Amino acid sequence: MATLGTIQHEAPPVDIDNTHDDPRHRAPLVTGDNDFASVTTKVAQLAQRPPALWWWVALAIASSLAGLLLALIGYLLTTGVGVWGTNIPNGWAFPIVNFVFWIGIGHAGTLISAILFLFRQDWRTGINRFAEAMTIFAVMCAGIFPAIHVGRPWLAYWLFPIPNQMAMWPEFRSPLLWDVFAVSTYATVSLLFWYVGMIPDLATLRDRAKSRLGQIAYGVLSLGWTGSMRQWHRFEKAYLLLAAIATPLVLSVHSVVSFDFAVSQLPGWHTTIFPPYFVAGAIYGGFAMVLTLAVPARYLFGLQQIITKRHIDNMCKIMLATGLIVAYAYGIEYFIAWYSGHHYEQSLFVHRLFGPYAWAGWLLLTCNVAAPQLYWIKWCRSNPVMVMIVATFANVGMWLERFVIVVGSLNRDFLPSSWGMFYPTWVDIGMLIGSFGMFLTLFLLFCKFLPVVALAEVKTVMPQAHAPADHGDLRATLGDEVRSGGRH
Amino acid sequence: MTQVDSPQVATPRRPQAAQEEELYGLLAEFEDVPAVKSAAHALKRAGYRYFEVYSPFPIHGLDHDLDIQPTILPWLVLGGGLAGCVGGLALTIWTMAVDYPYLISGKPFNSLPAWIPIVFECTVLCSALTAVFGMLLLNQLPLLAHPLLKVSRFRRVTDDRFFIGVLKRDKLFDAERTAAFLRKQGASAVELVSL
Repeated sequence: MATLGTIQHEAPPVDIDNTHDDPRHRAPLVTGDNDFASVTTKVAQLAQRPPALWWWVALAIASSLAGLLLALIGYLLTTGVGVWGTNIPNGWAFPIVNFVFWIGIGHAGTLISAILFLFRQDWRTGINRFAEAMTIFAVMCAGIFPAIHVGRPWLAYWLFPIPNQMAMWPEFRSPLLWDVFAVSTYATVSLLFWYVGMIPDLATLRDRAKSRLGQIAYGVLSLGWTGSMRQWHRFEKAYLLLAAIATPLVLSVHSVVSFDFAVSQLPGWHTTIFPPYFVAGAIYGGFAMVLTLAVPARYLFGLQQIITKRHIDNMCKIMLATGLIVAYAYGIEYFIAWYSGHHYEQSLFVHRLFGPYAWAGWLLLTCNVAAPQLYWIKWCRSNPVMVMIVATFANVGMWLERFVIVVGSLNRDFLPSSWGMFYPTWVDIGMLIGSFGMFLTLFLLFCKFLPVVALAEVKTVMPQAHAPADHGDLRATLGDEVRSGGRH
Repeated sequence: MTQVDSPQVATPRRPQAAQEEELYGLLAEFEDVPAVKSAAHALKRAGYRYFEVYSPFPIHGLDHDLDIQPTILPWLVLGGGLAGCVGGLALTIWTMAVDYPYLISGKPFNSLPAWIPIVFECTVLCSALTAVFGMLLLNQLPLLAHPLLKVSRFRRVTDDRFFIGVLKRDKLFDAERTAAFLRKQGASAVELVSL
């Protein structure tokens, strides 16, 4: 495996099993014989050394696919939306399916960085940085689709309340406009959260950079960070505030996305369960994507002792929990369809399982209801191949879920004379694949140039960070506040 | 042997008086958290006021020793959030009910419940921007240059070393005696830092 990576030249890191649940002592969050310096080196050298061969190969493939996306967008803009299979009644089809899929992926990153932070889940420190990066890249992929779906993207500025020659304003009663505000706020706040958390680690790269270009670039990005206690004091406060702000935000974003559907009158969309169901699904699908990236990344980058087996195990458990919420929501959808006594609603749900898109309906249940149940078994959570297989099922399942909701509800219009099938064209499929290319291109560049792990945060959960006298020091923000007699 | 290590970076020779004037302070290096905490505590008890602890990650329990006051950042964020909230309300009410009232499905011009998502997102956006830029402002970042960033030893502050910087402006500051004091507190290295 010498060709696999530069990391492999060193003594191979031992992948230590820390998934045991022994209540007598806390499982270590960083395994192996690591101190602060070795953790810094392990992470920083990824940005300092020339990338491995596999990285170049992966980047070549991913950026080609990203190029395909750009080319197809050019084709779409010069030709028109007729290049898609989108039709009437299936007016939303692939672009909106892809949009909801990608925006959902992002939610796991914010959950890890904000909600798990508020709940003091210290294990998040190993994975939060690249989960946040994943959020930003997923939101970027998501943003493309509604923008090109408007048909005339050069008029997309109509979405924003900009004074214009028509003296008209966008319609604030429409959930589609709420979406514009929710997604753009989400993108901005995620980017800020990611960047702020990264400032101390960018300073680490600045202090280790050998080349002049690296020193200047990381020097500018780290803003002159010195790591003084006064800086840390305000930094921690800002980080806590951002986490508290991002928590309701992340719950609101997919709720607002679900309003795009739920506020309409269409059977299959007009459901009060949509907001919580969408949020749970987003977290489920997002964690599947985090696992899809984390499981190979920890081997390829030699980070097994920082992103440990316990991290993988915990993420599988979150997928299982949110997967069960999703399964429950599916059940309730079918139950309410039957219980409502509403003809259109009932026929829609019969069509979902026995109609022209029955293949999607059943595959969806297989991927999102059956597959995650494997995570009940400990072996499936600790075997990387099994983790990847189930996560892939979930990724496919979450895309299908949006396909079933969008196309599955649109293709049977109220009058049989208006029924119509949707068939994706090569442009539809090319754009979907191309968006994965763009996502992976950005992710590979991130892995090469930025700190992949939140170094400063990981160090706080290592035992060396604690003076012997004050055990539980760093989780004792509250205690400090009491001691310093107020806010902190 | 002097208590002050020679700086690792070669500094140009200057007359002693000029060097004294351009002195920033002393930088002491510590190898672990307990050492730096007890040294900060000792400095405080000895009466030093202008000193600062630098570390690769936040160390809690030093606020008292360093005289760190509660930050006003939460109040700034509250202000930012309120401004966003009022701004969102003003935007929706003014555009929809005042500037260009337009009847849609018989809904009231001022459909307050429909503005909630917009107002919420504006509130969140403004609070987040205030939290980030307020933090940078209070921390006086971005900083183009800092005397400590020229010290090569100090590069490990973002890796695995802990530092205490005692500023020259402190009344008790004396290059030799303060250095000796810091060494007694367990500093593994002490050096003079010029501006």
